[in-house]
Amino acid sequence: MHAMSLARISRALSAGEFSSEELVSHLLERIGRLDGELNAFITVTGEAALAAARAADQARGRGDAGPLCGVPIAHKDIFCTAGVRTSCGSRMLDDFVSPYDATVVERLREAGVVMLGKTNMDEFAMGSSNETSFYGPVRNPWDTARVPGGSSGGSAAAVAARLVPGATGTDTGGSIRQPAALAGITGIKPTYGRISRYGMIAFASSLDQAGTLTQTAEDAALMLGAMSGHDPRDSTSVDAPVPDYLEALDAPLEGVRIGLVEEFMGAGLDAANAAAVEEALKVLEGLGAQLQRISLPSIGLSVPAYYVVAPAECSSNLSRFDGVRFGYRADSPRDLEDLYKRSRGEGFGAEVKRRIMTGTYVLSAGYYDAYYLKAQRVRQLIAADFRRAFEQVDVIVGPTTPTAAFEIGAKTDDPVTMYLNDIYTIGVNLAGLPGLSAPCGFVDGLPVGLQIVGRAFDEGRILNVAHRFQQETDWHARAPGGAFA
Amino acid sequence: MKLTRDEVESIAHLARLGISSAEVPAYVDNLSRIIDFVQQLEQSDTEGVTPMAHPLEMTQPLREDVVTEKDQRALYQENAKAVDAGLYLVPRVIE
Repeated sequence: MHAMSLARISRALSAGEFSSEELVSHLLERIGRLDGELNAFITVTGEAALAAARAADQARGRGDAGPLCGVPIAHKDIFCTAGVRTSCGSRMLDDFVSPYDATVVERLREAGVVMLGKTNMDEFAMGSSNETSFYGPVRNPWDTARVPGGSSGGSAAAVAARLVPGATGTDTGGSIRQPAALAGITGIKPTYGRISRYGMIAFASSLDQAGTLTQTAEDAALMLGAMSGHDPRDSTSVDAPVPDYLEALDAPLEGVRIGLVEEFMGAGLDAANAAAVEEALKVLEGLGAQLQRISLPSIGLSVPAYYVVAPAECSSNLSRFDGVRFGYRADSPRDLEDLYKRSRGEGFGAEVKRRIMTGTYVLSAGYYDAYYLKAQRVRQLIAADFRRAFEQVDVIVGPTTPTAAFEIGAKTDDPVTMYLNDIYTIGVNLAGLPGLSAPCGFVDGLPVGLQIVGRAFDEGRILNVAHRFQQETDWHARAPGGAFA
Repeated sequence: MKLTRDEVESIAHLARLGISSAEVPAYVDNLSRIIDFVQQLEQSDTEGVTPMAHPLEMTQPLREDVVTEKDQRALYQENAKAVDAGLYLVPRVIE
C-alpha cells in the first residue's frame, strides 16, 4: 500500500481496494517505526488523521468524494494549521499553535485530504540541507549519513521513504526542487502567485511560493489543481483560471521545443550528474521533442542577487517576532529593548540571524542603492534572459543540482558554499516562473534530478513533459531499500 | 570586504538581535564572506535598468475600505506569554 503513488492510491480508494482508515493506520505505523531514523516529522497528528480518514471513508460511501478524498498527505511545518503546533522549524515558534489555517491547508482539507502531520524543515525555510532546523537534521532515506536537501527536507524524505504519498512544500530559491532531486522524487514550484501564500509563514515575500513533493508528475497535477487559484487574502495571488492539469499530462511532445541551458552544463556540475541529464534529454528527443541549446547570459548573477533580495525581505518579515504577541519570549527582561534582543537572539538560530543581519546591512542607510536596488536591477536582467529564451523554446531544462546529496555536516562551515547548492534553481524564483524537478538517474546510488522550467502559468506544460518522461522511465518509481522497503 | 566588529555589533543592534561577544567573531567572518560574495553584482552593467518591483509586472489590487476581519483577540492572545485584561504586557517603558 505504502509504495503506491498518490494517483494510484486515489484510484484504489475509489475502487474500494482498501479504506482510507486502513491506509492511514498503515502509514502511521510506518512513521512510528521508521521516522526515528529520518526525523522527517516535527508533529504527527495520528488521532486527528484517523478521524479524518473515517470521515473520508463515510463520504466515499455516500458517493460524495473527489479524487483526493481520503488521500493522506503531510504539510511542511511552515503552513499554519489551526489547533496544531506550527513551528517553522524554529525555537521561536516551538509552542506556537496557529489560530487559523493557511489557504493551502484549508483547500486540501476541503478536497478531502487527510493530514498525517507536519514535516521538518530548515528554520524559517532558510537552508539547503535541513540542517538549520531547531528539531535537528533530517536524514536522506537513500543514505542516512546524507542530507535530504532543504528547506522542504522533511517533506522530501517522508515522500521518498514512502511514509506518505505526497507533501506540501515551499520554494523561495529551490526549497522544493532541490530536496526533490536529492531524495529521488518529483517536486514542483508553480508560478509566483499561482497558489495563495495566506497562512504560509513568510521568508522572502517576492519569491516564496507553495508547491508539492510527490512520487510522480501525475500526483503533482492532482494536488496542484486543488491548491491553486485566487485568494483575496493574499494580495499577490493571481486571479486567473486554473487549468485542468491532469488533462494536459498526456499531450504528445512532438514538436515541443526544449532548451538546454548552456551555462548550467559547465564547470561545477558533477560529470555523472551531467550524464544523467544528457540521457534524460535523449528520452525527451525520442518522444519527439526538439532539443536546442540556449543561453541565459546573466544567470551567473542569480545567487548573489538572491542573497541580497531574500535576506532584505527576511529581515523585514521576521521583525514581527518581538517576544510580545506570539513566539518565544526571553525570561525576566530588564527593559523593552532587552526583551526584543534576547527573545530574538535566543529564539532564532545562527543561519536565520545571519540572514536577518545580511538583510539589515544591505537595507541600511548608505548601502541600499549599492546592494538592494542593484540586485533588483540584476533581477530584471535575469527575468529578461528567460523571456528571450522563451521566444525560442517552450520549456527550459537542465540539472536541478550540481551534485547528488552531500553528507550531513559537509557544508555547514561556510554559508556561501551552502548557498551555491541552489545555483540552478534560484534564477527561476527571481523571474517568478514555474519549475519542476523529476528524478532522472542515480550517481553512486544517490538520486539526481532534471529541472524543467516553464513560462509563467505554464505549469500544465512542465507537468506534461515530466509525465511523458515518467511514462518512459522508472527513476521516479524507485524507492530506498533496507528498512524503508 | 571585511566588516569590522563594530559594524557587526551595530547591524545586530539595528536588527534587535542579542548576540554574545563570543559569537561576534563568527558573524564577522560569515557576514564578510556573504557581503564579498554579493559584491559580484557590481560587475554587471545595469545602466538604465529599472529595479524589479514584481516578477510578473503585476500591480496590487484594491478593495473596499471596509472591515472584513472579526474580533478574535482572545483566540490570538492564547499564543502570547504575558497578557492581562486583554492587553499584551511588556516591561515598563515610561517611568
